[in-house]
Amino acid sequence: MAVKLLLDKAHIEGIRYYDTWRKNGGYTAVEKALKMTPDEIVEEVKKSGLRGRGGAGFPTGMKWSFLAKPEGVPRHLVCNADESEPGTFKDRYLMEFIPHLLIEGLIISSFALGSSATYIYIRGEYAWIPDILEEAIAEAKANGWLGKNILGTGFDCEIYVQRGGGAYICGEETALIESLEGKRGNPRLKPPFPAVQGLWMRPTVVNNVETLAAVVPIINMGGEEYGKIGVGRSTGTKLISACGNINKPGVYEINFDLSVEEFIYSDEYCGGIPNGKRLKACIPGGSSVPIVPANLLFKTAKGETRYMNYESLSDGGFATGTMLGSGGFIVLDEDQCVVRHTMSLAHFYNHESCGQCSPCREGTGWMYKILKNIEYGKGKMSDIDLLWDIQRRIEGNTICPLGDAAAWPVAAAIRHFRDEFEWHVLNPEESQTRNYGIAHYADPREVVA
Amino acid sequence: MKFSQEKLNKVNEIIARYPEGKQKSALIPLLHIAQEEFGGWLDVPVMDYVAELLHINPIEVYEVATFYTMFNMKPVGKYVLEVCQTGPCMLRGSDQIIDHIKNKLGIQAGETTPDGLFTLKPAECLGACGYAPMMQLGKFFKENLTIEKVDALIEDLKAAAKN
Ligand SMILES: Cc1cc2nc3c(=O)[nH]c(=O)nc-3n(C[C@H](O)[C@H](O)[C@H](O)COP(=O)(O)O)c2cc1C
Ligand code: SF4
Repeated sequence: MAVKLLLDKAHIEGIRYYDTWRKNGGYTAVEKALKMTPDEIVEEVKKSGLRGRGGAGFPTGMKWSFLAKPEGVPRHLVCNADESEPGTFKDRYLMEFIPHLLIEGLIISSFALGSSATYIYIRGEYAWIPDILEEAIAEAKANGWLGKNILGTGFDCEIYVQRGGGAYICGEETALIESLEGKRGNPRLKPPFPAVQGLWMRPTVVNNVETLAAVVPIINMGGEEYGKIGVGRSTGTKLISACGNINKPGVYEINFDLSVEEFIYSDEYCGGIPNGKRLKACIPGGSSVPIVPANLLFKTAKGETRYMNYESLSDGGFATGTMLGSGGFIVLDEDQCVVRHTMSLAHFYNHESCGQCSPCREGTGWMYKILKNIEYGKGKMSDIDLLWDIQRRIEGNTICPLGDAAAWPVAAAIRHFRDEFEWHVLNPEESQTRNYGIAHYADPREVVA
Repeated sequence: MKFSQEKLNKVNEIIARYPEGKQKSALIPLLHIAQEEFGGWLDVPVMDYVAELLHINPIEVYEVATFYTMFNMKPVGKYVLEVCQTGPCMLRGSDQIIDHIKNKLGIQAGETTPDGLFTLKPAECLGACGYAPMMQLGKFFKENLTIEKVDALIEDLKAAAKN
């Protein structure tokens, strides 16, 4: 039976509201945490092995311990609710349906880090969610969990919700901080890191919504117990937002010992692929992570079962593996065109580049134009190598990782689906009327059958 | 052009969320309010007014307003149909939805119908990939779209505009 730590109460009628939340064990974690010292909380989070759920998977406890604490300088916790990575819609689910889980996590984390003014930066398009969060905050405050001298500890805390203006780049933590300061979302050069000079040049921790929500079960059960759930360095549970060509798109809380095959085909999760179609490829961790063909998805290159966790998904490196990333799980069936899909993502990254670094600003636009030519039957064979060359020159040469995020999908598409690109070039007319299909990326399930 | 007293109270409440002297942080929230209040887009006098409220230079407002996609720099229709066109939506037929709207309304991406009712604004990923295809309409999302649902929606909006 799968363990649920975040969505275990999601089905309860009225769980969005304080009274129901409280009746179902809500705010016990805050009660417990505020009797601990801030350092003890950080220690529990370290013991839990929790890794950032925003995409990079950086150990949360370690990040917290880097926070500078100069005398007399206020510190801030900022919750990253920008959620704009294509394929990702899990944080939205948490905020819309179980907002008190996040508020609880924010209160505990604010106490641990010494943040008396904590900000939730939410993407502007989620325009109805701030109302839900603000209602939950007001309820928490009315019941003494926020405001001045919380539970008599002397700790004051306010949580504010700030809407963005529509920009993927504001999910990058330093761009987010700039945006929160009322500026364009241009990522900052690092160092200094936010832990030393972040929001208004004060020490700042930026964490993802799901990361901060996970602090609640960690406090409730203890870091060590939390750390026992999972596999290796993938501890706890993870929310996966599944989309694309599957029968049951939606948000699922998974355990890290779930196989990718079961996730796609089991009725408990994605429920298989509609209309009896075959699986072609998958992007398991949000649009930035490498696309993998079906034949490398269920089994690693070594022939071992692939599981839904950090280590297993990245087994084989970029040559034959991918990444868990943000958990935005995108499935492509046999009717999908990898060239077209890659073109769409290239357009996205070009649109979202903040324009500060020339490799990213120029390279993303160039890649989009070449991909468009290939997709619309105007490509040349040399374009494929040119694409490879451009992505290689972007990767690692920019201020922020958006450059890498734009390069990786193109690199992976060429690495695994080069024949599909070549087919477009060689068959400019035919490629306008039909898709290449599944070719040799045979759905492994079919080979077995 | 000025905010109502009610909006001004809201503005002050927002500014109070930040430390003394950091009122510029209120810029994006204020631009959202201004766009809602003053006709769905940000004309130069509107941005200048926001600059004045925050005691910052107008250029600081222009550079921010032009950076973020939610702020319209030109007039838009009464209803802005922001249809997501990114990968995950594409896999579930967003191309067909966008083409259908273009044909039905006789406009291209970024254009407004002559009666000023509809603007089509293709958008990048809006965080609704599991409920694709989808569009943003004002404050809310319209999800799991089909051609029929789009037709019904457009008819409903036309009727609503008449009343
Ligand atoms: C281009 C770009 C976009 C990002 N978008 C998000 C996002 O929407 N949400 C998020 O939590 N982290 C996002 N991140 C990661 C953040 O920079 C940061 O690592 C994260 O918020 C840290 O939180 P965590 O350690 O809890 O994951 C993005 C990073 C980049 C480079
Ligand atoms: S890599 Fe791209 S998005 Fe990031 S700072 Fe450079 S130009 Fe901006």
